Amino acid sequence: MFKGSPKSVMTVAFVILGVLTLSSGIAAMMQRNLVHCALSLSITLAGLAGLYLQLDAQFVGFAQILIYVGAVAILIVFAILLTRENEPGSQSRYISNGYLGFGLALALFAVIGGAIVSSKTLGRGQVPAPEATVRQLGDQLMTRYVLPLEVLGLLLTVALIGAVIIAMQEKESKSPGGTK
Amino acid sequence: MQCFASSISRPGGVARDSGGAAVMEMMDQIFVDLKHWLVSLAPAQWQPLISALISVAAIIAVFASLFAVTTILERKGLGRIQNRYGPNRVGPFGLLQPAADGLKALTKEDIVPRSADQVLHFLAPLVLVVPAFLALAVLPVGRNMAVVDLDAGLLFFFAVGAATELSVFMAGWSSRNKYSLLGAMRAIAQMISYEVPLILSGVCAIMMAGSLSPEKIIEAQSAYSGWVPHWNVFTPWGLAGFIVFLIAAAAESNRAPFDLPEGESEIIAGYYIEYSGFKFALFFLGEYIGMFAVSGLAITLFLGGWHAPASFLEWIPSYIWFFAKLLGIIALFIWVRGTLPRLRMDQLMSFAWKFMLPMALVNILAAGIWRFTPGITRWIVCTTLVAGSYVLLARGLAAHSSVAKRKYRYAE
Repeated sequence: MFKGSPKSVMTVAFVILGVLTLSSGIAAMMQRNLVHCALSLSITLAGLAGLYLQLDAQFVGFAQILIYVGAVAILIVFAILLTRENEPGSQSRYISNGYLGFGLALALFAVIGGAIVSSKTLGRGQVPAPEATVRQLGDQLMTRYVLPLEVLGLLLTVALIGAVIIAMQEKESKSPGGTK
Repeated sequence: MQCFASSISRPGGVARDSGGAAVMEMMDQIFVDLKHWLVSLAPAQWQPLISALISVAAIIAVFASLFAVTTILERKGLGRIQNRYGPNRVGPFGLLQPAADGLKALTKEDIVPRSADQVLHFLAPLVLVVPAFLALAVLPVGRNMAVVDLDAGLLFFFAVGAATELSVFMAGWSSRNKYSLLGAMRAIAQMISYEVPLILSGVCAIMMAGSLSPEKIIEAQSAYSGWVPHWNVFTPWGLAGFIVFLIAAAAESNRAPFDLPEGESEIIAGYYIEYSGFKFALFFLGEYIGMFAVSGLAITLFLGGWHAPASFLEWIPSYIWFFAKLLGIIALFIWVRGTLPRLRMDQLMSFAWKFMLPMALVNILAAGIWRFTPGITRWIVCTTLVAGSYVLLARGLAAHSSVAKRKYRYAE
């Protein structure tokens, strides 16, 4: 989509997507209403998908939306729905005393940033962008990475069976004390 | 006749034969040429933007008017199925009813509950309508007439469809209403469950075409043997896949018989109880546009896209075929809505996970066998595989359900 655009358009798009991702991430941290946090998180994930698409990784970008926004965000939202009761909303909108957390986050950012900046990859110069079409991803998955693919399938099957077992009706009789 | 067909099916092909073929080709590409002419009127820097804007405006105009036509068709159709007239007051035979509906929706008071979450309540219809229209962008409406031609077009379609589930949650949660929340949770559970057979039954068509791009999938169905087209629906796995896809599509757009989350007689209106006026109309619009989008995808994957059903009919423009097939599928949805009773929630979920998912998986296996087996054997093997698994699944599941007093899991 953006292949033929000049560099300024790409920069503007990157800035917009970056600001969107960062601001919704900060909002996801700082808001008191948990449902608003979850929805801000889904905006963050969608912003990340936009960044992937800007790097011309179409499969990863769309799969990010399909899986993260379409399934993981809904899972988080369901978990919030089923475990928290309705908050009255009389408190302030943002969490205000997060100074310790802010300091820890800054320290973590410094460590990770230092590691990235001092790595050899940054000084490597311009490498040609790889073609990441779906066909090539499929080829690699079937030839070089077939063992991780099979292990992933096994993992997903185990997770599915586990979910079914947890949600399955127990065979022993429940105590009859329900609402009549 | 063969050279006639081949001169049309070359992309931008030059008509060699008579003037009639040239006229038909011009009619076929008339909207594309119109758009190119309009874009050429703009200065060179603005041309990509103007081109995108014209495509977007065309899509919105066409599909919103199709929405209006569908509402009146649905109400008249349902009325005739139920042995009554539909709306017949507003215009001749009630044909101006959508205008009356639109005016009513615009002039009704927009009531928002005081304890509702204002921001989410406002945003929920938007989050439904925008991805629904986005999904229409990758569908090839005619020859060279897709708005964008993405390599991973189908993945974009499914990703955008997954984003509509968040709007259902937002609508249900923000209304601060028990029935609304209950309807929203049921609707999300239903949409997630039926997304799996939807995508898996589409995977067969992707496998056979070898690409995620809708244009290439249509191209893989463009051959004709004699008069019969090579559509995917005319193969055993294609027919089973088409039926599974349509059922999952009806469930994804909350159409009857899967409309328990919005059932009018059960849970009042489900997750859009607290919406009135234009926001309700936006929910309605979003659902119908979603229905058009998945119907369009069914046409692309299984019914050969904009190709004609017989090789001697190729002279009729491609967009006419697409919309004819789309109207046919809409008629099928309306027919099913008027005929079948609503499914209960547990019936709905067990239908998705215990019947549709195994059928979709067997279908993928049949498609794989079809690819690597030659001649008449593949017809016999695939047909027995698909039909046999259908009979076994249906009989097996029906044997387990008995007519007895219903056991409630949580109420006792």
